[in-house]
Amino acid sequence: MRWKTRGVLPGFGLSLGYTLFYVGLLVVLPLSAMVIKASSLGPSELWTKVSDERALAAYRLSFGSALVGSLVNAVFGVLVAWVLVRYRFPGRGLVDALVDLPFALPTAVAGIALTTVYAEHGVLGQQLAKIGVKVAFTPLGVTMALTFIGIPFVVRTVQPVLEEIDPDVEEAAAVLGATRFQTFRRVIFPSILPATLTGFALAFARALGEYGSVVFISGNMPMRTEITPLLIVTKLEQYDYAGATAIAAVMLMASFSLLLLVNLLERWARRAEA
Amino acid sequence: MSGIIGTRAASARRRDSQVGESVFVRMLLIVMALGFLGIFLVAPLVTVFASAFSQGLGPYWAALAQDETLDAIELTLLTAGISVPLNVVFGIAAAWLVTKYDFWGKSVLITVVDLPFSVSPVISGLIFVLLFGAHGWFGPWLSERDIKIIFAVPGIVMATTFVTFPLVARELIAVMHAQGNDEEEAALTLGAGGLSILLRITLPKVRWGLLYGVILCNARAMGEFGAVSVVSGHVRGLTNTLPLQVEILYNEYNFVGAFAVASLLASLALLTLLVKKIAEWSVSNRQAKRDALRSAEARPLAASAELEGVRP
Amino acid sequence: MTVRVENLVKRFGNAGGPAAVAEVSFEARPQAITTLLGPSGSGKSTLLRLIAGLETPDAGRVLIDGKDVSALSPQHRNVGFVFQSYALFKHMTVADNIAFGMKIRRLPKAQTKARVAELLELVQLPEYGARFPSQLSGGQRQRVALARALAIEPKVLLLDEPFGALDTQVRVELREWLVTLHERTGITTLLVTHDQEEALELSQHVVLLNQGRVAQAGSPHDLYDHPADEFVASFLGGANVMKSRVSDGEAKLGTKSVPAPSGARDGTPVQAFVRPHNIRVRRPDGEDPAELGKIERLTRVGGYVKVYVSLPSGESIVVLTSKTDLDALGVEPGDPVAVEVVDAKVFVQSYSI
Repeated sequence: MRWKTRGVLPGFGLSLGYTLFYVGLLVVLPLSAMVIKASSLGPSELWTKVSDERALAAYRLSFGSALVGSLVNAVFGVLVAWVLVRYRFPGRGLVDALVDLPFALPTAVAGIALTTVYAEHGVLGQQLAKIGVKVAFTPLGVTMALTFIGIPFVVRTVQPVLEEIDPDVEEAAAVLGATRFQTFRRVIFPSILPATLTGFALAFARALGEYGSVVFISGNMPMRTEITPLLIVTKLEQYDYAGATAIAAVMLMASFSLLLLVNLLERWARRAEA
Repeated sequence: MSGIIGTRAASARRRDSQVGESVFVRMLLIVMALGFLGIFLVAPLVTVFASAFSQGLGPYWAALAQDETLDAIELTLLTAGISVPLNVVFGIAAAWLVTKYDFWGKSVLITVVDLPFSVSPVISGLIFVLLFGAHGWFGPWLSERDIKIIFAVPGIVMATTFVTFPLVARELIAVMHAQGNDEEEAALTLGAGGLSILLRITLPKVRWGLLYGVILCNARAMGEFGAVSVVSGHVRGLTNTLPLQVEILYNEYNFVGAFAVASLLASLALLTLLVKKIAEWSVSNRQAKRDALRSAEARPLAASAELEGVRP
Repeated sequence: MTVRVENLVKRFGNAGGPAAVAEVSFEARPQAITTLLGPSGSGKSTLLRLIAGLETPDAGRVLIDGKDVSALSPQHRNVGFVFQSYALFKHMTVADNIAFGMKIRRLPKAQTKARVAELLELVQLPEYGARFPSQLSGGQRQRVALARALAIEPKVLLLDEPFGALDTQVRVELREWLVTLHERTGITTLLVTHDQEEALELSQHVVLLNQGRVAQAGSPHDLYDHPADEFVASFLGGANVMKSRVSDGEAKLGTKSVPAPSGARDGTPVQAFVRPHNIRVRRPDGEDPAELGKIERLTRVGGYVKVYVSLPSGESIVVLTSKTDLDALGVEPGDPVAVEVVDAKVFVQSYSI
């Protein structure tokens, strides 16, 4: 079998060799080290380590708040993408650029800033405290941070799809008598659904592993506001490498499943386009 | 996800269309969207600068001029200075490979390149601890030779390189894919070799995408927190990067200091967004021109399938 | 220089899939323009890319000037290739675009400069050397792409749908210009197009492709007047299709009998392809009314009129006649007319249709 099936430009061997070498050294080797370490623990030990009460509480918090955060992003992400693509208003370019902020802003910076904003004496925290809502050092705070870091994903996956929708289609729906809402629900929504789900899954995956922006606002109380990545760090600081690795393996599996899901979603989206 | 490609051909016409929401609905949606972004994006961003300058310029500069902060800046620059070029070279090689050829296993390779994105930064640090830490695979071998990787600079560089590794490649793959291979093939028929095609055609063609990839990669390298925090050991003045310094100052209740350092990183982030915007703009300008050309193509060519002999 | 292609095969995707180019052989004669004509998906562009070396064939060989170049990479084939999208280097000026191939060959600067000026003159863009491709119109870009391809003094010139992206008027102008240019340079040229008019007008030799195979190759007149099969007849110059059956070795079409394909037995259903200008209509003079057609519609196209006639068999045909002739005839829609076939090409009806 021939490896290369298409392409006459020179440099195939060189670029393939270098890419494989670099990926192998930097990604495959370290990741497999972790998998091997985790599997060396043995099933019963692995199970004890990943299923103790503190770990379970951390999973609950991580998955729960990541889920809520990315659901919020799915809804508002579509809204933001819609407004940016369809409407013209002063400052649109600026807003469009700002959407990427969570990609570019270091997570530690986001973490201390969010904590300051939502602390009891912070700008927004004060207002929320008046109505009895406490954000900082609660699971709600964790959710807020995870919402922040997931903002770009849905917006950036939905935006190009919205831009590509042929205006003819909407005009055709209008001519056929559909109201604006009906057009959205029956014509536009189905075409942006795959992209929305992809963005949601990406945001969820990112939120699951997030560390920097959460550790400041969460307060890190075991059983209550301790996220899974923090638990890994805590175990490492106690030199419990086996425990850290076991929990990391659980997280890694979740990430890979999500990555697989994203790939499937993208394939579905491509088919929907064709 | 962070690609700078997007056509805006349809949007101009859409704005002229009579089919759309009422002014009230438009306003409501805009206000809701801006409100959401205001609470989640703008408020924290403003807070960074407001807190940094809350006691005026003097304390701001004093916080930045601390020895420990200067050491952190130095280490951060060193780290980015090593990991960014490595990832740029890799990014060019990977993008060339992925966009110029079809080969067996290509989609698997793309997935593997994307892996570091879906791995928690904490795990990205952990894997290097497992390899090079005291109890890691190479730990004993390294400690016999008195080489320190974990809790030292090499570990920080490795973790940073791992975390930022797909950024340039992804950006270049998106841009090179969108631009196609016509120009490269033209150069080939004119007798150009691989290196000359890369240097004279491809890189100039993708320069904006490359620049954005580099800047983003740099911002992320300088700002990486989770992975670096795991491998650094927080040795003050030695293994503290800027984000770690932010954490230390914040935990010491030195808020002005923490935010002063944070403001440096936030400025870098804003610069990154600016470069992206410029890159997008230059690409969409070119795209618009290409679209204009395409519309000429769309004219029915089938006319000639009509009766021949009609022309005078 | 002659270009010969022998049994070229190219498949995309799975090895079991249909071939884009299937066992194609032909020869492009020296100093002539040969067109590769065919509908989209017929493999004509792939064939051109195979000749340039931009695709690697699964089987077969390409010979330029008698030498097998199949193993040569595109850099070393010394062919001029003009892309459908022109593929101009957007970040270089027009002059730098044209000079690119010469710079790669490390020609002396002065010589390169002189040749660029000469080529700009040749493509009638002497003032445009300092501009960027984005500042040119489609037709101008096309000419720059040609100049760039000619700059390396290629053995053959390959043009992939060179006028595909242009407006009709520019297209016609450029077509005439290309013929003049070819007369001056005399370079062996291969041109891909799906526009039969372009092929018939530009080239001395046409290779008509269908589904990756050569349907027919020959002079434009050959293909037009003696189509080898139904595909060729219907692809080149729209034709009316009339059904008939063979009797006594002939097929009867209205009042005219045309020789049936050899070997067709009596009673075999056949299809006749009749060019619209190869049918005449006239006022009936005492024929059996059952044999007469009826005028459905008259459409005027410039000095010509298309007459749509329904036949007693139920078939509809289009007749092309000059305005003057029709006026002399003085017929209106609804009138009965006698239909005379002047010339037709008959094929045994294929059952696949």
